[in-house]
Amino acid sequence: MSDDLIQLGYLAAAVLFILGLRGLARPRTAVRGNQLGALGMLVAVVVTLTDQQIIGYGTLAAGLAVGAVIGGLLATRVQMTGMPQLVALFNGFGGAASLLVAAAGFVEVLDVDDPDTQTSVATAAALAIGAVTLTGSLVAFAKLQELVGGGAVPSPVLRVTNIALTLAVVGLGIGLVADPARWWMWALMAVALVLGITLVTPIGGADMPVVIALLNSLSGLAAAAAGFILDNSLLIIAGSLVGASGFLLTGIMCRAMNRTLTNVLFGSIEAGGVAADADEVYAGRVTSSTADDVALLLETADRVAMIPGYGMAVAQAQHAVRDLTRALEERDVEVVFGIHPVAGRMPGHMNVLLAEAEIPYEQLLEMDTINPTFDRTDVVIVIGANDVVNPEARENPESPIAGMPILDVDRARTVVVVKRSLSPGFAGIPNPLFAADNTLMLFGDGRGAVEDMTKALAEL
Amino acid sequence: MTFVVALTLFVLAVFLGVELISKVPPTLHTPLMSGSNAISGITLVGALTSAGAGHSTLTTVLGFGAVTLATINVVGGFLVTHRMLGMFSRKR
Repeated sequence: MSDDLIQLGYLAAAVLFILGLRGLARPRTAVRGNQLGALGMLVAVVVTLTDQQIIGYGTLAAGLAVGAVIGGLLATRVQMTGMPQLVALFNGFGGAASLLVAAAGFVEVLDVDDPDTQTSVATAAALAIGAVTLTGSLVAFAKLQELVGGGAVPSPVLRVTNIALTLAVVGLGIGLVADPARWWMWALMAVALVLGITLVTPIGGADMPVVIALLNSLSGLAAAAAGFILDNSLLIIAGSLVGASGFLLTGIMCRAMNRTLTNVLFGSIEAGGVAADADEVYAGRVTSSTADDVALLLETADRVAMIPGYGMAVAQAQHAVRDLTRALEERDVEVVFGIHPVAGRMPGHMNVLLAEAEIPYEQLLEMDTINPTFDRTDVVIVIGANDVVNPEARENPESPIAGMPILDVDRARTVVVVKRSLSPGFAGIPNPLFAADNTLMLFGDGRGAVEDMTKALAEL
Repeated sequence: MTFVVALTLFVLAVFLGVELISKVPPTLHTPLMSGSNAISGITLVGALTSAGAGHSTLTTVLGFGAVTLATINVVGGFLVTHRMLGMFSRKR
């Protein structure tokens, strides 16, 4: 196929990607949007395979087959609770692919001729971004899969290391542009791979939504940078579309925590503010309750709001929550769900879990929608959420989480908190909500406690 | 393609990307992320050229790795997004 026809094919693919992304942004058209994106990819691959530069199809067939089998297996086998890990892993693979494409492209150019500045700059960028995306995603995966500890590791040593490594990557990049040679490429790649590890290692689980959205953005930017090396318009367009959408999502996640991206990446939440003392907050004020007592409350309620957090995912309680919701609805109780934007470990995590449990998405309310309705809500059930319902964020300007938008559950008539213990959430600060007069603590495993409530309700 | 043309495409596509998804509801955050991640597997196109051009053993090996990883990204990404969206629409 002639070069012009290939370019036209790429144009068609780019249009399909644009329509696909637009579709993915609306609930009604999301399935179609995803299909259009896949169609665009098919067009792009088929058109590329007709390129006359390609002489050996054996390698390509092998790579495509192996990749398709692994990708297919991963996508069909994963549990919905494992979704954050899988998204992290796919981001990493995308970054790795761009990294290798950049390396191969640069080596090819070097063998023929001295690369021009555009090629060298793009190579440095693609290597750096691709490598950071790869190892950063692998660390995120390991944390989410609990292969390593998921907590925040506030380490001044790592912070200095990160700054040093970032400077080293920039320095090696300048070196590669000034004197294009293979060893610069390998050195840059190696240092950037280490940077990805040290960058994500200190970041704790609750900041994962920001990290995953950012890695998503980086995987797109790496592809765009590879496009600059290969002079490929489709890589540039598709890569930057993804880079932009990922970055927008990163911004939404940061705002939902009232933190800047720099603060998430290089700071730690403990850095500022004075936390209240746990004993002072809780002493003698915590009311423990039982599933039977809560069932009595629920029976007389008109409106119940459920507030899920990461604890619901850990306890795999989404199906138990669905059963309780159905039981309440049979008694004409209105049930809504309040979803904090950063609840869970990736953007939209709670929505995916509740969708798996067949809870209609109309019932899931955003923070701004549900907040004004808490004062006419009879019972709020908090399942495995902590910092996102901590009134300190609103009331104590000295608190480390001051200013973070929260769900104002404390304004409801009664709040039931399902939790294993009084242990603090990610921010490491006590939650006065647990000691409030209108709060009942229901200690226990998330799923077990919710099932007990459903059972107790049935026996009334 | 000159550098300026490439840069033009890049900048315009960034603005377009922001416009396209600026109003995405939180329910779709995860599918949008996994779907757009599959699109970033477009680097597969570059990988195919590198792996198939038979330039040298090194570039073929790098290209083969890139084809495999990018295909995992593409196939897995679109499939898992489809699965997830299937759950979203089931109850309507």
